[in-house]
Amino acid sequence: MTGAYVPHAAGYVDNGGPKVVSSRFVHEDSYTLERSLATGGYEGLRAALARPPADVHAEVRDATLLGRGGAGFPAGVKWGFCPEGVWPRYLVVNGDESEPGTYKDRLLMERDPHQLIEGCLITCYALGLSQCFLYVRGEMALGQERIAAALNEAYAAGYVGRNVLGTDFSVDVTLHWGAGAYIVGEETALIESLEGNRGMPRLKPPYFPAAIGLYGQPTIVNNVETLANVPWILANGAEAYKRMGSETSPGTRLFAVSGHVKRPGVYEVEQGVTTFRDLFYGDGFCQGIRDGHELKMFIPGGGSAPWFFAEHLDLPLEAKEVGAAGSMLGSGAIVVMDETTDAVKACHRMVRFFARESCGKCSPCREGTSWEEKILARILDGHGRPSDIDLLLDVGDNISPGPYPVASHPDEGLDAVPFPPRQTTICPLGPSSVAPITSTIRRFRHEFEAKITRGDGIPVSAAPSGGEAGS
Amino acid sequence: MSWFDAARERTARDILARYPKPRSAVIPLLHLAQEQEGWVTPAAMAEIAELTGTTPAEVLGTGSFYEMFKFHPVGTHLVNVCTNVSCQLLGGEELLHHVESTLGVKAGGTTDDGVFTVEDVECVAACTEAPCFTVNYRYFHRADAGTFDEVVADIRAGRSPIERGAAGDAGDLPVHGTLGRVRQQVPDDRRAGVVPPEQVEGAPSWMATMSPAASPSVSPDGADAGEGAS
Ligand SMILES: Cc1cc2nc3c(=O)[nH]c(=O)nc-3n(C[C@H](O)[C@H](O)[C@H](O)COP(=O)(O)O)c2cc1C
Ligand code: SF4
Ligand code: FES
Repeated sequence: MTGAYVPHAAGYVDNGGPKVVSSRFVHEDSYTLERSLATGGYEGLRAALARPPADVHAEVRDATLLGRGGAGFPAGVKWGFCPEGVWPRYLVVNGDESEPGTYKDRLLMERDPHQLIEGCLITCYALGLSQCFLYVRGEMALGQERIAAALNEAYAAGYVGRNVLGTDFSVDVTLHWGAGAYIVGEETALIESLEGNRGMPRLKPPYFPAAIGLYGQPTIVNNVETLANVPWILANGAEAYKRMGSETSPGTRLFAVSGHVKRPGVYEVEQGVTTFRDLFYGDGFCQGIRDGHELKMFIPGGGSAPWFFAEHLDLPLEAKEVGAAGSMLGSGAIVVMDETTDAVKACHRMVRFFARESCGKCSPCREGTSWEEKILARILDGHGRPSDIDLLLDVGDNISPGPYPVASHPDEGLDAVPFPPRQTTICPLGPSSVAPITSTIRRFRHEFEAKITRGDGIPVSAAPSGGEAGS
Repeated sequence: MSWFDAARERTARDILARYPKPRSAVIPLLHLAQEQEGWVTPAAMAEIAELTGTTPAEVLGTGSFYEMFKFHPVGTHLVNVCTNVSCQLLGGEELLHHVESTLGVKAGGTTDDGVFTVEDVECVAACTEAPCFTVNYRYFHRADAGTFDEVVADIRAGRSPIERGAAGDAGDLPVHGTLGRVRQQVPDDRRAGVVPPEQVEGAPSWMATMSPAASPSVSPDGADAGEGAS
């Protein structure tokens, strides 16, 4: 089985492996209630409603369903963090997908909105959540349409709203559109935004959403893909779920592999057991680096993740192992770069993203990310100074003090620094901007130096006498 | 008299009814205002403030955080070209340059005829389909200069280019301001009921009624559950 693109599910490749969340993508009308019901839709909800809420929670906890939004925290454990006796409680679905390289929540919302809605319903039932807000990234117009249409169908058919399927369970699911801001994907910023404010993160502690969330009430925030797994778990049981993947990372996961591979695409993959090599070179997957080229580096988990290199190919897609090797699986976003890639340019582009998206609430990030961007820009423009490499590392150290997570560099005898980074900031966005910088400087310092000193070895401009980089 | 036209005024009321607190409707109402006028006018912000119990300054304060809201007129067609890394690797910047030189405006600019505004944007979640661009938030995947030229020709000729775009999308391309062409609609008799948090007393009824009578209390952390797990 070599897999095939599914033409109507833009970018999705059916690789013939086990499927939890993408099973309906092969159907052209996968987003309709009719197709959903014909293929087991809402069976997980029926199974859940036949059991006590606490039992449903236990099933998901037993499945070790890891969050798919970035941090990989087990959903069933997070669900237990709501303080007892505090009501109402809310569910906020994080569909803000904007981490560079990430493309899977949009597919799940466009291709199978009923699966997501079903996951939301089961979660609300299990935890006694009185309303669900489905926060969809503003730019995803088709996704908003598909979810709106699916909700309209599901309300009319009695799956959502008052007395779901004739039971005592009643819940409203509200579609909410974002309006363009990456930082709103951070869960406390998401809540601020949903309250009608600028999307700026809150300080944790005390503002852990499960304790103090939307309107100050206990709030569960989960990623779209996380919740899309829930119906399958209820329909098939935690035991069956755990038979896929590895012990610490059970089940499957969607990985978007983009960049210089022969067949970029979104693949549903068993976590924990599949390796990066399988994914990049496997026949059913990306089928290798594009012809005549070789791998230079790759980003294993979205723009916030430190970068990996050829010697990391045999790592499994497993959170702990990737973390120990100095990076993270993050949002299931893998960007593959071949030897034609200019490391400084790619680094600058990623850092520019963080500089643009910093919300400005804390100074190390607001000032630091734009400094990093400006320094990298001048290096690219041929105005770099010999002191700029150290300056970049120094600015980074003000945002994330101490050794920053980075991959090993065996040729130089350098060990990996494990994930996660430390932070002087309110949220991890600022520290994320340091990832491309330390990753590329450790490996490709010579590329920076070559841009700073012209071919003839003469610096384009010497450091000014003060030693301070002006703008 | 509402600033919103009659149909949108009803939509605005519908939206407000979906949130436990009216301020949560600020962003959806800004979208609704932008749908009506193509951008967010001061009069619209005053109306939204009125509807949500906030001030116009607060509405602007919230709205100006988000890049989709435009506080000055833009083109009827907003062309967003992604230049983030996955797209950059496969020609996103070259595509942006082609768009800029074809339309004769730099990113951020609007053509003199008011038809196109160009933006250089961050990742739009289509990375495996790089390079890509969107027009009024409708996706065009694996695009090159030729794709863009065809889309422009379609728009200038009054045809919908949507089917040249991402598989699965169809129909007319709405002008800037319209996002989803389908809206959520909840029939009154199906609504579970949205209540301000301070009026909620205790756990929702099903937490007790749908648990076995034998179970003394349902612990939210599931500590005493699990025995029935299959
Ligand atoms: C800067 C930043 C951006 C984030 N963006 C997203 C996002 O777009 N989608 C998402 O699900 N989680 C995002 N997260 C993670 C969320 O804060 C949160 O951990 C997640 O939604 C929890 O869901 P999960 O446990 O199901 O993964 C982001 C985090 C940070 C710090
Ligand atoms: S780290 Fe950056 S994005 Fe996060 S709160 Fe601080 S300024 Fe905002
Ligand atoms: S980088 Fe262009 S869509 Fe993600």
